[in-house]
Amino acid sequence: MHIEARNLNKSFGSFHAVRDVSFQVEKGRLVGLLGPSGGGKTSILRLLSGLERPDSGDLFFDGKLATPLSVQERSIGFVFQNYALFKHMTVFDNIAYGLKVKKKPKAFIRERVSYLVELMGLAGHERKYPQQLSGGQRQRVAFARALAPEPQLLLLDEPFAAIDAKIRKELRLWLRNLIDEFKVTTIFVTHDQDEAIEVADEIIIVQQGKVEQQGTPWEIYTSPASPFVASFIGESNVLAKPVELRGFPELADHQANGEWLPGVSVLIRPEAIEVRPADTTYLATAGEPGRVTRTHFRGDSWYLEIDTGKLQLFAYQSTKERPFQPGDEVNILIHQMALFTPGQSRMLENRAKEDPLPIFI
Amino acid sequence: MKRLLIVIAFLIVFLLIALPFIGIAVGAFEQGAGPFWKALVRPEALHAMYLSLLIVVIVTALNAIVGVYLSLELVRGTWIARRIKPVVNALIDLPFAVSPVIAGLMIILLFGPDSLVGAFFEGHGAKIVYAVPGMVIATLFITFPLMVREVVPLLQEIGEQSEEASKTLGAGAWRTFFQITWPSIRWGVVYGLVLTIARSLGEFGSILVVSGNILGKTQTATTLVYEDAENFDLVAANSVAFVLGVISIAILLCLEWMKKRKEAHMHAH
Amino acid sequence: MVVKILASQAYKSASRSLLVAYLLLLVAWPIVTVYVKGFSLGWKPFWDEISGPIAWKSILLTVKLSVVTTIIQAVIGTLIAYVLVRYSFRGRMLLSSLVDLPFALPTSVAGLMFLTLLGPSSPLGDWLNRIGVQLLYNQTAIVIGLTFVTFPFVVRTVQPLLEQLDASEEQASYTLGAGRGYTFRHVVLPAIVPGILAGSMLAFSRALAEFGAISLISGNLPGKTMVVSVFIYGETQNFRPEGAAALSAVLLTLSLIVLWAINTLTRGKGRLG
Repeated sequence: MHIEARNLNKSFGSFHAVRDVSFQVEKGRLVGLLGPSGGGKTSILRLLSGLERPDSGDLFFDGKLATPLSVQERSIGFVFQNYALFKHMTVFDNIAYGLKVKKKPKAFIRERVSYLVELMGLAGHERKYPQQLSGGQRQRVAFARALAPEPQLLLLDEPFAAIDAKIRKELRLWLRNLIDEFKVTTIFVTHDQDEAIEVADEIIIVQQGKVEQQGTPWEIYTSPASPFVASFIGESNVLAKPVELRGFPELADHQANGEWLPGVSVLIRPEAIEVRPADTTYLATAGEPGRVTRTHFRGDSWYLEIDTGKLQLFAYQSTKERPFQPGDEVNILIHQMALFTPGQSRMLENRAKEDPLPIFI
Repeated sequence: MKRLLIVIAFLIVFLLIALPFIGIAVGAFEQGAGPFWKALVRPEALHAMYLSLLIVVIVTALNAIVGVYLSLELVRGTWIARRIKPVVNALIDLPFAVSPVIAGLMIILLFGPDSLVGAFFEGHGAKIVYAVPGMVIATLFITFPLMVREVVPLLQEIGEQSEEASKTLGAGAWRTFFQITWPSIRWGVVYGLVLTIARSLGEFGSILVVSGNILGKTQTATTLVYEDAENFDLVAANSVAFVLGVISIAILLCLEWMKKRKEAHMHAH
Repeated sequence: MVVKILASQAYKSASRSLLVAYLLLLVAWPIVTVYVKGFSLGWKPFWDEISGPIAWKSILLTVKLSVVTTIIQAVIGTLIAYVLVRYSFRGRMLLSSLVDLPFALPTSVAGLMFLTLLGPSSPLGDWLNRIGVQLLYNQTAIVIGLTFVTFPFVVRTVQPLLEQLDASEEQASYTLGAGRGYTFRHVVLPAIVPGILAGSMLAFSRALAEFGAISLISGNLPGKTMVVSVFIYGETQNFRPEGAAALSAVLLTLSLIVLWAINTLTRGKGRLG
């Protein structure tokens, strides 16, 4: 089902949770609503479900006005953060509930529920009660229950919040496959950016009730529309004060009296920083000298804290190389940085790379 | 739908609880403040209220001490065998099941002039039944579970670890009690106290039976109300009832306030 | 020296025995006495007492009216609990406090309340009289009085269960297409039934035992509106302790059975593990 939200607004008392939110979701896509806690993503989800009514604005499902429809009429599946399984019903009855409400024939119900039970790997547990299941099993029951009545829209509220980190990765893949199989438009809420990036076709970044950006994970990661998006997705070094850096003469235009001009932010992604030994010969002059102050082992990489005198930065080092030690002198090559000015964001390339003999104007 | 349910709820509560209560106020002041006051300062009324107060004080004090001690022994004492526990539980709950009239009857059977104990005391010029001691005993019986049922779950919930820690640090039994146990159960005890006060003040059926309702001698506020009503002296009855009602509301508000503090106190742990 | 005595084992077991003695004395012994007295003249007299027409009718009446009251309570108690837990509205705190009022009010005052309100001297009573509705000195009056004193019971046992029931379960039901009524029947009710049952039994037990509120408003007509507790009171006033004890034994037994039922159902607060 194609979803369109237009100028949604919702306040809870004096708290304006959703501010003028508009977006569109294509049929069959898996979209992540990503943002910090309290930013409004769950509120938007609940507005889509009908559990909350917008103060103003409209929703359209497949082009038809959906705002006045009640929860029951919207043909949605909702998986709550705490799963909200019916505690006094068995797994089978939980999954069958939506079908019983629609008064489907018994044989049909049995078939469909069995199919879902098999699919979810819950065979043998149909007669059990939610209290007797593990967290992961309960979650699968919640999914099966939501999918049983063949909804047009599937809404997931932080589906993996309560799961152990290790299992979370497996579940992301599982979710992806599940949605591919059922081909139902799915919108899920999360504050975990890795999750959003891995699972979603598209991401909508929501902060303080507003949509900051909508796009594919790649688009958002490589072309963040605002400093918030850039700092929220992935990690960044924030340049709080202007510094002179070889290869980035543009920086000079955006500062005054030792401070950035209003509305200006400069961020450097750690992946854009290449850390070489101090005696490196390749593009030596395009880099900045510095010293490693601390190192942290991250399992698949080293996290290095580096002091160049003018700046403190962090960067990553692959474990394939000989790890740098605190105290080592290094030469860091900044390949690019993101410059945000009011109304515009651009990526600045290191000019010094093209011209090994830097000539400043 | 939501509105409808709320309205119905309010209606039921208003008709059943609020309205009748307002009726008392109206009835008491029907002829103005003068008769209201006169009814209250009648010698029998003053004596009745004094008697009610006396009983409340005695019963509450006794229940407080014994109730707390009993709770401690029941929860912390390891000497109670598994098998006895349900019996003790049942015993504690029994007074709840007994009709007040029956409670009064029991006291008469046990301590009345025809009984062993009663005859003994009568011989020495002291009356139990149809006198204050009997009324105190009856009220003790009725209010007995209140304190225990408040303190026992508290004691169970906070566990023995703090007390054990206190003992390992060298503190004796009294110090452990006052500095460790007491602060944790304080609110439960106070709540139980207020419940006891409310119940002993409001006790009617058993008092009626045990006291003989002798005017000016063994009449409490509640039985005075009854007698006035039976004599169709409604203004007088309502006046005393009004005072009782106001006190009850005060106690109620006290209880509600304490409930909130009790919850906050528990959640702070 | 005193401390040593206090800490000694002998003192400890002595004080414990004292404790049990206090318990027994205060609680068990009086109850036993009632049974003893009731059967003191033998089985046949006991039987004669309770099967006397007025006595027997009072037992039936008490049970019947207690059942009626309990059913009423089950319904309105659940309704009010639901309103208090699920909705927020102005006056909610007031409503909640009023629910507890019957707990705090002396029963004779409760009886007087209804006497004043519904009696011929009040405007409401007068109006009711004129439209031919009799709410005093009959069985309806008893039910009204009983409903008042048992008011808090069902509400307070259902409330915690409702609070435990996550609102999200009801919402999940809505998302699956179920309306409010269906949701209530299939999701809410099953979760609160234990509370309704427990509260109903408490209410029933209380209704059986009630004296004060009824004695003023029922008219106490033997065989018509006289409940067991009032009958027993009459017996004590007529210095017929055996009759009083006999009927007390019956009422006690009934109450004890209900108490036992309640205990088996709710193994919760106040229990010693």
